[in-house]
Amino acid sequence: MNKLINRRGFLQGSLVASAAATVSLAKKSEAATFEGYPNAMGVLVDLSRCVGCRSCEAACNKEQNLPAPAKPFNDFSVFDEMQHGQKRRTDETRYTIVNRYDIPGREHPLFRKIQCNHCQEPACLTSCFVNAYTKTPEGAVIYDPDVCVGCRTCMVACPFYIPTFRYSSAFHPRIMKCVFCYDTRLTKGLPPACVESCPQEALTFGRRSDLLDMGKQRIRENPGAYVDHIYGEHEAGGTAWMYISPAPFEQAGFDVTVPKEPILNYVKDFLSIVPMVLTIWPALFAGFHLLATRKDKMEQQKKNENEGEV
Amino acid sequence: MTINPKAVLAAAVLLLAGTLTTPGRAMDQLDAPETVTIDALADLYKPVEFSHKRHAQLARCKDCHHHTTGQQDMDPNCVRCHAQSPETGRVSCQDCHIKKQFYPEQVIAGNNPNIYHIDKPGLKGAYHLNCVPCHIKKNAPSECDSCHALTDKGRDFFHVGGEKNGKAGPAKGKDEHAR
Repeated sequence: MNKLINRRGFLQGSLVASAAATVSLAKKSEAATFEGYPNAMGVLVDLSRCVGCRSCEAACNKEQNLPAPAKPFNDFSVFDEMQHGQKRRTDETRYTIVNRYDIPGREHPLFRKIQCNHCQEPACLTSCFVNAYTKTPEGAVIYDPDVCVGCRTCMVACPFYIPTFRYSSAFHPRIMKCVFCYDTRLTKGLPPACVESCPQEALTFGRRSDLLDMGKQRIRENPGAYVDHIYGEHEAGGTAWMYISPAPFEQAGFDVTVPKEPILNYVKDFLSIVPMVLTIWPALFAGFHLLATRKDKMEQQKKNENEGEV
Repeated sequence: MTINPKAVLAAAVLLLAGTLTTPGRAMDQLDAPETVTIDALADLYKPVEFSHKRHAQLARCKDCHHHTTGQQDMDPNCVRCHAQSPETGRVSCQDCHIKKQFYPEQVIAGNNPNIYHIDKPGLKGAYHLNCVPCHIKKNAPSECDSCHALTDKGRDFFHVGGEKNGKAGPAKGKDEHAR
């Protein structure tokens, strides 16, 4: 009979191998912290400047060839619209919207523009298993409808609830979201259509690093005019679109519970184990199974031999 | 060689214009034109016939023109650089605030570490950031179409249907919307 590896040796060996695999993979994922592309562009939104004229919505509609709106873009009754107890949100017909927030104690309401924030390390991108999303060096998070299978995991992954699904078209379903005017403008160095349309310059386009300086300068030079925080500097690991506000961000509808690190970090460790699970575990458990059933097999063999002798 | 009288006239006008805007020769509201047609940006909206005279009675020159009406600026922070600089002689908004804001030229200019004004608005921003807050504060009209009427292109842009008198469609809720 050929020499069988003993049970203790096998278990020890496999434990050491799987531990080594886990450690080496975990190290790799830890080293891969991404600081963002150095010359990535962004937009700084100053809520104290926005007057809710909706020019940005109209500009986006035109630039992205989106369907005509139900109400004209200079109809301000939309600010009172509520759907399922919530203010308006982006959908397949609008990549950006402006909402009004009546804040108690403030003389005038605040208006907040909502669109894709173009995260440095986007959760939508990480969650997509066909790589339909790309974070470009210019700063945009773009989407490729040709490879998308319509699983909508990105919609669940996004901490800002931005990607929306084109349910209305059964034959051409796809994710609809702001792409930072990537093809038509950003690649040419031009500001997105919404930024260019803003009469109040509530939207400032520039390199993300310059915008951070600018935002901090505005906060510093106008004491009391702003909350001392740039929303998006660290939220979700940093976003290309950032906000400064004269009122606490939660009062203007911002989710202030969004973590300060990329959503990816929460699953990085887990995801790094997946290859190990897929490669080592089958062999490991097949081995356990063989060991566990060896006794039965040997007994069966003995029985057969005995039967043969009789 | 003969001297073209037209050239002499042009030179004289230029010279005169130069003296008008030289720092040290402060302008006052009597120097101001009665109306200014603001059409540099007219596209979606028609040009604005701005009654400069009326506004000059309601506000001080420097409320809108910063220090650029010929007076020496008094702000110690500004004087550090602008004690003798030609910018103080400029009066027209367009001379400092550019039309094409956020284009690559400005993004590249942001690399210059010596620039203090990293946050200078473009022309459109300069107008609106100057006008709108004051209009709201003084209860002056602050709807978009109370200052400039939409053009046909603008009506398409905003998807306004119906009447074609240049007035924006259902512009209700003036007060509740204002800012």
